[in-house]
Amino acid sequence: MISFKVNGRRYEVDVPVDTPLLWVLRENIGLTGTKYGCGMALCGSCTVHVNGHAVRSCVTPVSAVADKEIVTIEGLSPDNSHPVQQAWIEEDVPQCGYCQSGQIMSAAALLSANPTPTDDDIDQAMSANLCRCGTYQRIRKAIHRAADIMAAGGKK
Amino acid sequence: MKEIVNMSRRDFLKAGTVACGGLILGLYLPHPLPSSAWAAETPYFPGAFLKIESDETITMIVSKSEMGQGVYTSIPMLVAEELECDWRKIRIEPAPVAQIYANPMTGAMVTGGSTSVRSEWERMSKVGAAARMMLIAAAVQQWKVKPATCHAENGKVHSGGKTLTYGQLAESAAKMPVPDQVPLKDPSTYKIVGKPHQRLDTPQKVNGKAVYGCDVTRPGMLIALVARSPVFGGKVGNFDASQAKAVQGVRDVVQIESGVAVVADNFWAAKKGRDALDVDWDEGQWGSLSTDAMLAQYRELAKTPGIPARKDGDPQKALAAASKQVSAEYELPYLAHADMEPLNCVVDPSPDRCEIWVGTQGQTGSRNDAAKVLGIDPEKVQVHTTFLGGGFGRRGNPHSDFVVMGAQVAKAVQKPVKVIWTREDDMKGGWYRPFWFNKLNAGLDANGKVIAWYHTIVGQSIMAGTPMEKMRTKDGIDPASVEGAKELPYEIPNILVDLHSPQNGVPVQWWRSVGHSHTCFAVESFVDELAHAVRKDPYQFRRAMLANHPRHRGVLDLAAQKSGWGKPLPAGHGRGIAMMESYGSFVAQVAEVSMDEPGRLRVHRVVCAVDCGRYVNPSIIEAQMESGIVFGLSAVLRGAITLKKGRVEQSNFHDYRVLRMDRMPVVEVHIVQSKENPGGIGEPGTPPIAPAVTNAIFAVTGERIRRLPIEPTYS
Repeated sequence: MISFKVNGRRYEVDVPVDTPLLWVLRENIGLTGTKYGCGMALCGSCTVHVNGHAVRSCVTPVSAVADKEIVTIEGLSPDNSHPVQQAWIEEDVPQCGYCQSGQIMSAAALLSANPTPTDDDIDQAMSANLCRCGTYQRIRKAIHRAADIMAAGGKK
Repeated sequence: MKEIVNMSRRDFLKAGTVACGGLILGLYLPHPLPSSAWAAETPYFPGAFLKIESDETITMIVSKSEMGQGVYTSIPMLVAEELECDWRKIRIEPAPVAQIYANPMTGAMVTGGSTSVRSEWERMSKVGAAARMMLIAAAVQQWKVKPATCHAENGKVHSGGKTLTYGQLAESAAKMPVPDQVPLKDPSTYKIVGKPHQRLDTPQKVNGKAVYGCDVTRPGMLIALVARSPVFGGKVGNFDASQAKAVQGVRDVVQIESGVAVVADNFWAAKKGRDALDVDWDEGQWGSLSTDAMLAQYRELAKTPGIPARKDGDPQKALAAASKQVSAEYELPYLAHADMEPLNCVVDPSPDRCEIWVGTQGQTGSRNDAAKVLGIDPEKVQVHTTFLGGGFGRRGNPHSDFVVMGAQVAKAVQKPVKVIWTREDDMKGGWYRPFWFNKLNAGLDANGKVIAWYHTIVGQSIMAGTPMEKMRTKDGIDPASVEGAKELPYEIPNILVDLHSPQNGVPVQWWRSVGHSHTCFAVESFVDELAHAVRKDPYQFRRAMLANHPRHRGVLDLAAQKSGWGKPLPAGHGRGIAMMESYGSFVAQVAEVSMDEPGRLRVHRVVCAVDCGRYVNPSIIEAQMESGIVFGLSAVLRGAITLKKGRVEQSNFHDYRVLRMDRMPVVEVHIVQSKENPGGIGEPGTPPIAPAVTNAIFAVTGERIRRLPIEPTYS
């Protein structure tokens, strides 16, 4: 049994210890917002927060998150009110949308560490997240907008 | 249920009542291509296109798949413009498979060829307008007033001081005669269409709620991974499943037509089981295939005359008489689509029925191909379309390969099953943009005017071996091989475009912009070479050959002007220009690049001018141009699928590298205001970017790139 918290709720799972966190979230817990894209930490679609840090869940064995606190896209806010979600809606970022959970989780982690990122900071933090629809320009704008929303007290 | 035939002599409306009271409305259009896909199908109507219920719910049943192009937003905008309601409250329901939902441009349910808006503008406008007329007619009857006193606005009908909502009117509206004439608005009076609006699907795409094929679960569902031959066309020889079956959670190992399926309780068990599987493959005839050898073969073929696709004047004679000849060869690699969501399919079989959940670009084909595998009537197969985690052509496979694989596994295990492709399965699984070789030869007269153009194309036909081959391929020419080259807009008196279509076992398929993705690179690089050969400005040189092509000229001028063409740039920077018409739209792009140190390329800015005629949502037009440019940039900078000993050498995003945020240029999109018919928008942004970038590299370095991708020449 491995025990950890996801979005504030405690879970205990009985799975092989090498099972990637991604599949435990998707298949055992039923949180399918976190996506499989590459299985090698190359695309960022599976990004979640573990104790506040952006982590690629596709290469994180579930044993590594024992007793830790995980936040997935579903847990970012109950009502799309997280500044990054607000900014994503206002800038109309997603196209197919598949990579966006990972993009948003990476952006949220960036902004909590650096509330006023420059374009270079954004490049550095976001270049591990791929998007085949090419939403990068809007993601960049949306991160700046989210920073503004946070500065104006928009964070709940 | 009422019908009016001959509404405009070619289509007819049909109305009915929903079970709980309300109006449903459909519009049948005849299909341009007779299709056996619909043989023996019972005419389907429940739901049709539009449902207005007494609780004010308005639902659009959308026949196109949402794969990022914004169709779940464009369709409600078009309908609401005529219906006069709050378009943001319209609910979307993916359509089931039925002939009424066929794409009027293809005859089957297909989301592809940049047709989402082009094929639906008129149909959806008429549905919205007819519903409004019937709602007003119901109000007229109830109030006993003259129709002219009534008007519809924001989901209500008004007359004098009286008001009824669409929900209140829906049930009686369903009993009104279906109008036989449905006049549409003058586009100059549009209130919604043509204005920038946020997409309707964004809220569920920022909180993980949007459901893609991979997210679907069914009670008792198993997960399967399939081991397939490392060589295309190979078959299973022998296999030893004992190690695979020993993995905890593996339920079964079954041989299917596509390979060997490991079926398990979850993904990780299926993956470990497949890793432990020992299969001997009978590789078949393609075990020595290599792209290096293919290039040599293609180059030889290009020296011989192909099948002519276009011939104007006498190009051979004109070439011989030219005062200057220029020739060049361009090669482009196989490309994977690499959709962010690897392929997958959920199939839930029961004895004589089957339900499928899949992100597909081709519902009719998916249904019919699955039915064939399962040995049941197509009408017994129900396809539920989910969101697509990228399409780009891959999810419109002509043989529905990923749906067929799902059906094969479900048939073997007789349980609900989700077949998941790993990224490696997806990358190595074939159905690539073909490998292309282009040879061009031009003759110029003493004044530097192009008098002869000879373009030879070598590459696999996408249509060959597909159900569409007979319909689409004419006189040995697959139009998708030569598109963009055959329609060369430059006014040159002597033109020959010919084609060789070798076959070699690598499965090929349409990849965003299809033939234009290679012809634009060849044509627009070569025109640039010709301009430089006679020391002319590449923009003016093109422009001079487009006197009778105002829309081409329009975008070329707009892109040049907005990019500051001809104005000084910092040292080490250069501009390149390119353009193409595709899918009824015209796009020109100017790329600005630099070499900040030897061999280190940066694309700084792309200025894109697009003329797509009338448009629905300019915010989506901009997004699709950005998207097409990024997709094309990934290919021009780094994209290549190569084969050695019959095996694909790439496997994941470390060796099939795509554009990341740190290399994203600034993209500026300028839309031409136009009253022309709507053009496509999903694909036309892709073709010009490759030659725009390589032409810009030439402007900086004097070096001509004739082989894609640019890496490893420049990093």
